Amino acid sequence: MNRSQRILPVYTGDVSGACSALFELGGMVVIHDPSGCNSTYNTHDETRWYDHNSMIFISALMERDAILGNDNKLVDDVVDAALELKPRFIAICNSPIPFISGTDFPALCKIIERRTNIPCLYVRTNGMHDYTVGAGRALAEVAHRFVLPTKPREQVANILGATPLDFCEPGAVDRLRAFVGDAGFELLSCWAMGSTLDELMRSGEAAVNLVVSSVGIPVARLLRERFGTPYVVGVPIDGFAVPLADVLTRAAKTGECLLPTRDARVQGEATCYVVGEPVAATSRAAALEIAAGEPVRAVCAVESAFDLLGPIDVRADGEEEVEQALTNASTVYADKLYAPVCPASARLMPLPHLAFSGRQALAR
Amino acid sequence: MLKRLGPSVVDAKDATTPVLFDSKLEFNPPAHGVWNIVHVGMLVPEAHQIYVCAINCMRGVVLTAAEMGESERFSCVVLKESDIVRGTVEQVTIEGIADVLRKLDARGTLPPCVIVFPVCTHHFLGVSMARVYRELRSEFPGVDFVEAWMDPIMKRRLSPDVRLRKAMYDPLEPCEADDALVALVGSDFALDTDCDLRSVLATGGYRLVDAQGCSTYAEYKGLAAAGTFVSVYPNAVYGASKLAKRLGRRHLYLPASFDYGEIADECDELRAILRLPTVDYVNQISRCEEALAVARTRIGDAPIAIDASLHPRPLGLARLLLEHGFRVEEVYLDGVSGEEIAALDWLREHAPHVQLSSIVLPELRVSPREREVKTLALGQKAAWFCGTPYFVNLVEGGGLWGYAGIRSLAQLMCEAWTTPKDTRDLIPRKGLGCASCF
Repeated sequence: MNRSQRILPVYTGDVSGACSALFELGGMVVIHDPSGCNSTYNTHDETRWYDHNSMIFISALMERDAILGNDNKLVDDVVDAALELKPRFIAICNSPIPFISGTDFPALCKIIERRTNIPCLYVRTNGMHDYTVGAGRALAEVAHRFVLPTKPREQVANILGATPLDFCEPGAVDRLRAFVGDAGFELLSCWAMGSTLDELMRSGEAAVNLVVSSVGIPVARLLRERFGTPYVVGVPIDGFAVPLADVLTRAAKTGECLLPTRDARVQGEATCYVVGEPVAATSRAAALEIAAGEPVRAVCAVESAFDLLGPIDVRADGEEEVEQALTNASTVYADKLYAPVCPASARLMPLPHLAFSGRQALAR
Repeated sequence: MLKRLGPSVVDAKDATTPVLFDSKLEFNPPAHGVWNIVHVGMLVPEAHQIYVCAINCMRGVVLTAAEMGESERFSCVVLKESDIVRGTVEQVTIEGIADVLRKLDARGTLPPCVIVFPVCTHHFLGVSMARVYRELRSEFPGVDFVEAWMDPIMKRRLSPDVRLRKAMYDPLEPCEADDALVALVGSDFALDTDCDLRSVLATGGYRLVDAQGCSTYAEYKGLAAAGTFVSVYPNAVYGASKLAKRLGRRHLYLPASFDYGEIADECDELRAILRLPTVDYVNQISRCEEALAVARTRIGDAPIAIDASLHPRPLGLARLLLEHGFRVEEVYLDGVSGEEIAALDWLREHAPHVQLSSIVLPELRVSPREREVKTLALGQKAAWFCGTPYFVNLVEGGGLWGYAGIRSLAQLMCEAWTTPKDTRDLIPRKGLGCASCF
């Protein structure tokens, strides 16, 4: 049964994903939720909470207000806080109970925006999807609402889809930035770590976008639609950075969207497996294939696999399917918390992943 | 002193009870030493916890267990959007839990006790938990199913924490009472070895037992034999009184207090019930005075901030310290319990400008967290709000109780004042005192 997990944890949820994606942009994020969402997020999934005053709150929803449809309390509380704290924008996230009761969030956002004169976005979460969905939708809302009309410039690039959930190790984002520079591009913005909302707003000027996680795919598609910007999918990990840089240059020249993590892979029966987020896992698989010339299978247990997986890769839903997918593995690259479902004979190569093992990923 | 921000800070003289501040948006400070329901459930030896909820709600509890190194005692059933739309939540709850238990059974690790945590969604969709438990008990007759909840939206009911502290004792069965046995129930921390309550019991030849001292489920169920049940933590009172009533036993609520008179009354009550001779407490009080005087000399006029996560009686503690010349400036709390009304009244009269500050309101998220002068914080949240490394790292009162508890706290204050701690490293750790991978 793919709903039950005997021992594996779950990935970060969509609400926390949205908060993580919006953390550095100067907005005020409100989760319409009774309790728990904020604590879960800031304890396990947010490495920046202690030191940075990002305005992420819950509405402290009560059963009476949920049952009687008293949305005025949410609106009043958001308006009061926004007028005091003066965020660049407001983002409202849904959670299971308002989802069940059918709260009309787009309408509430309009009311809040009218009363505050602050842009108010609805991020379509409900607590029942994983972080790739929530973070992807949050960034797409920002792109939809804030990216300014413009014309692309040559040799300019954005990074799309960087959050600590996938890039938690120290210096990870600096390395992404350096990669873009080394590939001969001026970095315009990084969605959404280390860049301001103003920098993100200029993203339409890019000649190419580098999508470093599935979180960045919705933005990449939106920018493709609005500006015709091509995108390249991949993480420049050791062994894969040089070909990825070549592909980035090619995409900027030709305007093609390129997925070397899917299309330039070795085919055949694999015994080496990589478990993780689709772009990270397929990038790692591609790097290992380049090194050894043998096929490597990516196993992805998050929802936003889109069309990112290669022919031998697997999308697995839940603990049983992951365990089944790994049956023939002799080597598994994965977060350590996957150990209980790896074959006893397999060698586990640890890949700490904040979105899976939470802050334990940082402790190793 | 806190910069006055308006509705998130109030002077003691202007405080309203039981709620100090209007309900608004909330945030969560990065101080996580207070136990959550996963930590509490782990006190039942050999019990297995199963949560049934959406992924976003699951994340915090499943990783709590993982951080404790207790993943083998924790499983999930993940509710999806399609379950809501198709109306299959009840069926998925039954099948998911049964599936986990079949897998555990196949591995030879079927637990004797399973604590099940449905959530807000089960209430709102009218899931029949009676049917869920009926079916599970039918398939797994050898398992004790404990009916817990993780439903924070039901704010007009008892909290999930309070109900868990009742439900976790439901497996205890009626049996013959052993009058020499006294059980402490509903506390996260065992009482300190030198505390007055233990001393009173030892004097009369009584033995104090608690969940912390049980290593097997059978031992845990043996707590039922106690002739008297004692609770000292406010969230434990409901469960302890229900348990005592169900088993036909006596229940005593003896809260950890900072009031010399109240402590004496509690000790006297216990002595009377156990038919022990009364004593006077002059020597005990004198030793407390000495300990507080030493602390006062060392800490001097330095500002002190207290938060409600340190102890269920933060205002009582503020009063004790103010009465002994300490400079208590701030108390972080969002509500005043009935047990603290007298302490608040005292503050209103004698320290009207002590500031009572919210812990959760949005303004506090962006307030400056530095103090111009060296500040002593009593509690993790006060330490974060004051940006100080000089803090007493204690939650829920620890195991402190009575006069010995006051002396221990004075000692902890001295140590905190002289030895800075790594606040950033310590306070984000979950469940102070629990096993942790950090």
